[in-house]
Amino acid sequence: MTATTASASIRVSTDPTVQYLLRIGDTCLVMAQRLGEWSGRAPTLEEDIALSNTGLDLLGQARGVLTRAGQIEAERGGNAYDEDQLAFLRDERDYLNLTLVELPRGDFAVTVLRNFLMATFLKHLWHRLERSSDAELAGVAAKAVKEARYHQEHAADWVVRLGDGTGESTARVKTALDHLWPYTAEIFEADAVDDAAVASGLGPRWADLRDEWRADVDGVLAAAGLTPPKERLFRSTGKSGRHSEHLGYVLAEMQHLQRTFPGGTW
Amino acid sequence: MYTQAMDTMGKERLDTPKPVRSTDEIALQEKFDARIDAGEFIEAKDWMPDHYRKTLVRQISQHAHSEIVGMLPEGNWITRAPTLKRKAILLAKVQDEAGHGLYLYAAAETLGTSRDQLYDALHSGKAKYSSIFNYPTLSWADMGTIGWLVDGAAIMNQVPLCRCSYAPYARAMVRICREESFHQRQGFESLLTMMQKGTDAQKAMVQDSVDRWWWPSIMMFGPPDTESPNSEQSMKWGIKRISNDDLRQKFIDATVEQAKILGVTLPDPDLRWNEARQHYDFGAIDWNEFWQVVGGDGPCNRERLAARVSAWDDGEWVREAAMAHAAKNDAMQEAA
Amino acid sequence: MSAEWPLWEVFVRSKAGLDHKHCGSLHAADPQMAIQLARDVYTRRQEGTSVWVVRSDQIVASDPGDKAAFFDPMADKVYRHPTFYELPKSLDHM
Repeated sequence: MTATTASASIRVSTDPTVQYLLRIGDTCLVMAQRLGEWSGRAPTLEEDIALSNTGLDLLGQARGVLTRAGQIEAERGGNAYDEDQLAFLRDERDYLNLTLVELPRGDFAVTVLRNFLMATFLKHLWHRLERSSDAELAGVAAKAVKEARYHQEHAADWVVRLGDGTGESTARVKTALDHLWPYTAEIFEADAVDDAAVASGLGPRWADLRDEWRADVDGVLAAAGLTPPKERLFRSTGKSGRHSEHLGYVLAEMQHLQRTFPGGTW
Repeated sequence: MYTQAMDTMGKERLDTPKPVRSTDEIALQEKFDARIDAGEFIEAKDWMPDHYRKTLVRQISQHAHSEIVGMLPEGNWITRAPTLKRKAILLAKVQDEAGHGLYLYAAAETLGTSRDQLYDALHSGKAKYSSIFNYPTLSWADMGTIGWLVDGAAIMNQVPLCRCSYAPYARAMVRICREESFHQRQGFESLLTMMQKGTDAQKAMVQDSVDRWWWPSIMMFGPPDTESPNSEQSMKWGIKRISNDDLRQKFIDATVEQAKILGVTLPDPDLRWNEARQHYDFGAIDWNEFWQVVGGDGPCNRERLAARVSAWDDGEWVREAAMAHAAKNDAMQEAA
Repeated sequence: MSAEWPLWEVFVRSKAGLDHKHCGSLHAADPQMAIQLARDVYTRRQEGTSVWVVRSDQIVASDPGDKAAFFDPMADKVYRHPTFYELPKSLDHM
């Protein structure tokens, strides 16, 4: 038996169906990973539990979608990778999550605002995916949409509390908004992957969800006394595998054990 | 998870009666003692002796502190869990511990103390928590070992408390025990998987983990009975039901058998079955190490406390904002 | 300065048709937060179909000192219990 010192990365195909699924699965997974960092560190014990619940829900969604992506990859003639191989053995350029979710967790304002912006989007996305031509994905979506609704409500309440709380909380949530907002443009960028998804009935073009998302977000920001920042030219590109410098650290931490115990059973 | 509570608190003898008492108080005390002797439950608003109240606040809050400090050594590995399933299990387990802390703080608060006062006692270093959590988690296998040994020891300590005389504590314990058995099972199962199906490197990781956690785990039951002055009163009050040494022996007897199933050795050359006693004999525990860790000089004491203090301090602006917002809403509703 | 959140008591109905049962307490800044946290803390294992939260300081409780006056009189009114009435065996299901 040859001694290996690490597990080499795997690659997946550029099949648009697989990519569409990985964008969703990876986004949920990286969000869950960032939320896991709050364990034992939240402002109250009760909120610690709430954040963990959100993380667990997102992790469950990620697992469902990644598993499905692996199956489809196999159906299209590729390797039959499972959820763990996909999560722990792909490197940054094959991760297709939104850059928004790989940014550091920041303070509580950054976290709840990001949770709110993402949950609002996921709520609309999961709702559409309940009618996906892929039955497994529709099944994941039916469960996930309930979770996303709850996450959105919980996070929106916090955005309002912080936006209309004390001078310090208002300042922090304004800073968070200025910091995160430019990364939201990427959510609604259209491309061939989305076109293929629409053609096959797999799911909606993400760009088509922009108006509903905006309506929800503007409502909550207004209640919080916040103004959406001006649009900028900046575009993040996580969905195409070109990430910020943060994802490398996220994956290094997350994948370390699988990489250093090749062939391990856990 | 648990705390070795009573025996490591102050040296004050808790069964020393107060010097002067009114006839009313004596009558109430007699009624109370009769209820305890009859195995009845005491509820939050019932009359109770001051010592009983103080003892419970300390024991329950110490137990609560142990749960939330206990989140830290395991929380250390959430982002590094080796599979998505293990990540979910660990996150759920640590979340349970937060919940257990919460149930216990709530029970302590029924005795007339506030959550803030309890946190204050922890953060200032006045209150103790189970010393096992002052040890570092250095490998993934520690997650399994903690579930197997530390939660195993905790369960043994906790089950008798479900019949504790103070009902809010007993009810919290029933809830906790229901949730706790998953904690031990997932830990043992994780180790079993690695020992039966894992690589040599994984097996070595498991053995190293057991070697580090064995002695601290059996110290969790507290000092020998001969050195535990407060146990007697606690037993009388139905707060503590089985002695330290008895629990420790029970734990060792069960765990040695479990270790055989795992295929790991325990780092005690004196461990052997005693046919006459029908129990396992075991080696001398290093009580110096125990008291050193309890006294604040264990491997991670300072880090654990600092982590809790900074989580609390960093969250101050959040809690204030929530109150400020709630106050604004109340004002608006009153004006309407 | 510490902004301590008020204490709330939590009641959960585990299944349609059953009563809400008191299961513990938690700290929350406002009613909305209290309900959400109650759900997060007390129903993780599918123990709930309905949750009530009440501020602890709004609960009115009977005085345990009055237990005797409050509850003992019920003890000797056994005629309120069906078992007090002996009926022929053929009617015992009544």
